[in-house]
Amino acid sequence: MIFQDVIFYIFATILVVSALGVITARNPVYSALLLVLAFVTCAGLWLLLEAEFLAITLVLVYVGAVMVLFLFVVMMLDINLDRLREGFWKWFPFGSLIALVIVAEIAMVVMGKDFGLEQMPAPEPQAADYSNTKALGRLIYTEYVYAFELAAVLLLVAMVAAIALTLRQREDKKSPNPSKQVRVKKEDRLRMVAMPSEKKK
Amino acid sequence: MMESIQQQFEQIFGAEWGGMLFSLATNMTFIFAIVVPLLLGVAYLTFAERKIIAYMQIRVGPNRVTFFGIPWLRGWGQPIADAVKAIMKEIIIPTGANKFLFILAPVLTIMPALAAWAVVPFSPEVVLADINAGLLYILAMTSMGIYGVIIAGWASNSKYAFLGAMRSAAQVVSYELAMGFALVCVLMMSQSLNLGDIVNGQQGGSMLNWYLIPLFPMFLVYLISGVAETNRAPFDVAEGESEIVAGFHVDYSGMAFTVFFLAEYSNMILMATLTAIMFLGGWLPPLDIAPLNMIPGFLWLLFKVAFVLFFFLWFRATFPRYRYDQIMRLGWKIFIPITLVWIVVIGAIMQLPDSIRDMPPLNIWF
Repeated sequence: MIFQDVIFYIFATILVVSALGVITARNPVYSALLLVLAFVTCAGLWLLLEAEFLAITLVLVYVGAVMVLFLFVVMMLDINLDRLREGFWKWFPFGSLIALVIVAEIAMVVMGKDFGLEQMPAPEPQAADYSNTKALGRLIYTEYVYAFELAAVLLLVAMVAAIALTLRQREDKKSPNPSKQVRVKKEDRLRMVAMPSEKKK
Repeated sequence: MMESIQQQFEQIFGAEWGGMLFSLATNMTFIFAIVVPLLLGVAYLTFAERKIIAYMQIRVGPNRVTFFGIPWLRGWGQPIADAVKAIMKEIIIPTGANKFLFILAPVLTIMPALAAWAVVPFSPEVVLADINAGLLYILAMTSMGIYGVIIAGWASNSKYAFLGAMRSAAQVVSYELAMGFALVCVLMMSQSLNLGDIVNGQQGGSMLNWYLIPLFPMFLVYLISGVAETNRAPFDVAEGESEIVAGFHVDYSGMAFTVFFLAEYSNMILMATLTAIMFLGGWLPPLDIAPLNMIPGFLWLLFKVAFVLFFFLWFRATFPRYRYDQIMRLGWKIFIPITLVWIVVIGAIMQLPDSIRDMPPLNIWF
């Protein structure tokens, strides 16, 4: 399929360029936005692989929720770019060492003998009524149910921990409590006093 | 007719590229057939809003601009005149603004608002892209609309705009959760993410079969979340004019502002259409009897959309603006618990033995 190849190379180019932009952009807001672009093009690549559920979930979760909060934080921070770049050359050898290790690891996986088109030919294209979502749901809730539940519990624990770490109760805060306001009754605030009417002297 | 055109394409460009280009051309035609009536609908929705709110406040509303001097069309030219005015106005870019992002923001707002319409079915056969994960696609597209707002607020380099963008982003992210959970109930009932299948799941002869009845709390949650999601009154703190002038688009003028406006109103129509499709039976008539089922399904959908849109306008004319902490409380502490409970209720009913589920009234829906 020449047409799909053309689309793949367009998406792949945008993906690589935007991913490079994420680490080279001077403005952190541009970095975050380029990361959003990288996610969206990645979702496009996944669509080419007929993984429509994962592609849409990638957009929904990472682009629609995670990156919004990221962008939020980045815009609120007052980052001094010069101070951020101060230690660049000092840490460059260490950073490049780590990068080399990662590249070597990826190369060992991708160029290994169990990986490649001979070992794993492209799967047959599915029929139009094939539901990716249903197939994924069947697998997750039958074969991989323990792993799935474990991951869910892990996320829940992380969420509870994050809330517990950042929750502080201030005694002197003056912000109104809406549920308290809604529950207020007339008797709580109004006291009727019986008193004789005064007479003019 | 279509096949002969396709053969023409294949002769000129070769078998593979001809087919691709042909489907590209047909899809572009369909997209225009959706977007042009949609934008006209947006224009006349603004007119309807001004007229309806005016009559609710015992005024008359726009009643001057007309076509060719026809007296009984007075007021109907108003949206066209407004559009012409907006196009003629200058787009002012503030000195301290980030020019690229300032222009990009309205584009990013209108893009998802229009792209979401790709999977909306207008009648049993008429849909641009009949994909399996239609509901997810719409959720993904509507969740991307927030970028335009945040970027507009930041790129304007103005405190008011930034405050408005932050309010709007926090509000939209919160209400998206309640909305998503309400949709989980719908897809549990219909067992499908395809919007056409969701409407077909509500078939059965009368409006008792619509998901409105078994999912009534979800209908309310979805409708109110839809109002909050589109930043409409009474949830319009993002552009609260008494506090932060106009919120995130305070520095926009001319066509750049109009694009935000178009996106807001086409999102309103999208929300109303989704409510009609998921809870009010889409193109199905309320009773499957002779005079009602003769009316084409498209008109029923249009009627239901107009009905839900009327609620949007009615809310705006009726309710005072929520305070910000009240909005957050409503979303997180009331809607999300309700939706979570209702998911469990629907799941429990679906797990009941068949003998119980076959009894009325449960056999209507499950």
